[in-house]
Amino acid sequence: MSRLLIVAEHGAGNLNASVAKTLACALELKPAELDVVLFSADGAEAACQQAAALTGVSRVLSVARPENGAPMGAVLAPQVAAMAADYDYVFGPSTTFGKDLMPSVAALAGVPMVTDIMGVEDGRTFVRPTYAGNAVDKVRVPDGLVVATVRAASYKAVGGGGSAPVEALELDIELPTHSRFVEIRAGSSDRPDLQSATKVVSGGRGLGSAENFQVIYSLADKLGAGVGASRAAVDSGFVPNEMQVGQTGKIIAPDLYIAVGISGAIQHLAGIKDAGTIVAINKDPEAPIFEVADIGLVGDLFKLLPEIEAAL
Amino acid sequence: MKVLVCVKRVVDYNVRIRVKPDGGGVVTDGVKMAMNPFDEIAVEEALRMREAGHVSEVVAVTIGDKKSQEQLRTALAMGADRAIWVEHEEAIQPLGVARVLKALAEREQPGLVLLGKQAIDDDCGQTAQMLAALWQRPQATYASEVVISGETVRVTREVDAGLEVIDVDLPAVISTDLRLNEPRYVKLPDIMKAKRKPMDSYTLPDLGVELPPLVERLETTPPPARTGGFKVESVEELVATLKEKGLV
Ligand SMILES: Cc1cc2nc3c(=O)[nH]c(=O)nc-3n(C[C@H](O)[C@H](O)[C@H](O)COP(=O)(O)OP(=O)(O)OC[C@H]3O[C@@H](n4cnc5c(N)ncnc54)[C@H](O)[C@@H]3O)c2cc1C
Repeated sequence: MSRLLIVAEHGAGNLNASVAKTLACALELKPAELDVVLFSADGAEAACQQAAALTGVSRVLSVARPENGAPMGAVLAPQVAAMAADYDYVFGPSTTFGKDLMPSVAALAGVPMVTDIMGVEDGRTFVRPTYAGNAVDKVRVPDGLVVATVRAASYKAVGGGGSAPVEALELDIELPTHSRFVEIRAGSSDRPDLQSATKVVSGGRGLGSAENFQVIYSLADKLGAGVGASRAAVDSGFVPNEMQVGQTGKIIAPDLYIAVGISGAIQHLAGIKDAGTIVAINKDPEAPIFEVADIGLVGDLFKLLPEIEAAL
Repeated sequence: MKVLVCVKRVVDYNVRIRVKPDGGGVVTDGVKMAMNPFDEIAVEEALRMREAGHVSEVVAVTIGDKKSQEQLRTALAMGADRAIWVEHEEAIQPLGVARVLKALAEREQPGLVLLGKQAIDDDCGQTAQMLAALWQRPQATYASEVVISGETVRVTREVDAGLEVIDVDLPAVISTDLRLNEPRYVKLPDIMKAKRKPMDSYTLPDLGVELPPLVERLETTPPPARTGGFKVESVEELVATLKEKGLV
């Protein structure tokens, strides 16, 4: 009978969408107890309630301390490591929050870590991508605590309707003071969040400028889609970094992905392997993106996008 | 202040990976190898810190077989002052690497340790954070801007929500993201000069490091292939197909 802990990401009063997906993976291990922990300065009441409602959660633990106001890996890791003694598994989402935190937890616990679980074979055997998703490894972890991140794009979020108890937890440990949060500069957007959107329109270098990116936003708004970008589009300053899709950006799994003016480099494709339907719009009929696209349309994006918008 | 910068030998990012038919990993024989691109950015950043007068010495480190010395030579050719080669023939994983780096950090007493945020072969993204945890120093991961002022460093981090800014006290561990800088090209005379730069070597017993048990790789397979679909001839056909599939 195993015990599993999920470290939940949350912010601005909301549980991050990755938590319900991490939970879907965790439930495959059929743990006897499945706890979710949230770290905050103020108890994060609303996010705790959202976690409590998710299917399969035994308890929600809320660790409130002033130091936990901003999620810093170096500050959270000793707290998670202290909790880990009571668990067989500690999972986090493969968001930048989880990726930053979980290796420190593993190191403090003295165990290796599994990054990006995309499948569970048994209690110690997991499947994960390597080489930007161009190879898939089946790995077995040694005895002891299992620390891992879960590749959210590989899982469908569990449903709600649960009513787990929310308990305050005090951890009486000293925390490092060597790291201090200053600020977060987040682009505000009314569009669907890239990582949970069911439709995404992405633009690449082919857009040519930040102004031209307007045609992408416009189509996305017509579709109710989130907006993504290639690394080249981010590096060229067309859009901010949080919009990058790919090996080193966001790994997403929308039902519909429309890649516009994107060539289809392996590092970009790594981010969309789990997309439902991929549509590629590119003026070069030989662009590698067409090798993976379900539907391709060859032509000049500046002519085609307004036409598509009009036809919808 | 001294900077340790950690580099890994990986399959060049331009190579199209092939999985071995027997499931025993990916083909590396006869395949072009290179420094992990994120590590190249780490080396570049260390050099710029030296050029700006914040850093007196840049020391490149790798752990691996004899061939991994090539990547140290690349770091030296880029401008690192000296190199440390930790000789290890067998597989080593992030926790083991972090233990080695911690032992070296204790020996060398650097003000900063710079590493790539992930290696593009195993895509683990663990080593920097593990080192920070073991060394009990700050971890500033996914850096896209690093500003040193006195005993602290202000690091801008690329996170899912946007850009996060944190201050960390030195010594600290920083992992680099792609937009931190653009690494310089190595010129031929630099490659010649690099041959004369010092390279120390250690074994794991020299450093008193014991490796943890490994995550065992049972099998490697290619990912389920996405079979490309078809091309449509017109916008009308595209929209009709999407409507048919219930996607719009
Ligand atoms: C370590 C590493 C990590 C990386 N991580 C990522 C990552 O996470 N995400 C990512 O995206 N990339 C990543 N890259 C970069 C990747 O290799 C490519 O350079 C990048 O994806 C290219 O972006 P692009 O397709 O927009 O640009 P390009 O390759 O330049 O393609 C532009 C495309 O636009 C088309 N086009 C131009 N004009 C028009 C027009 N008017 N109408 C229609 N089509 C047009 C062209 O035919 C071309 O196919 C990484 C690279 C490295 C080395």
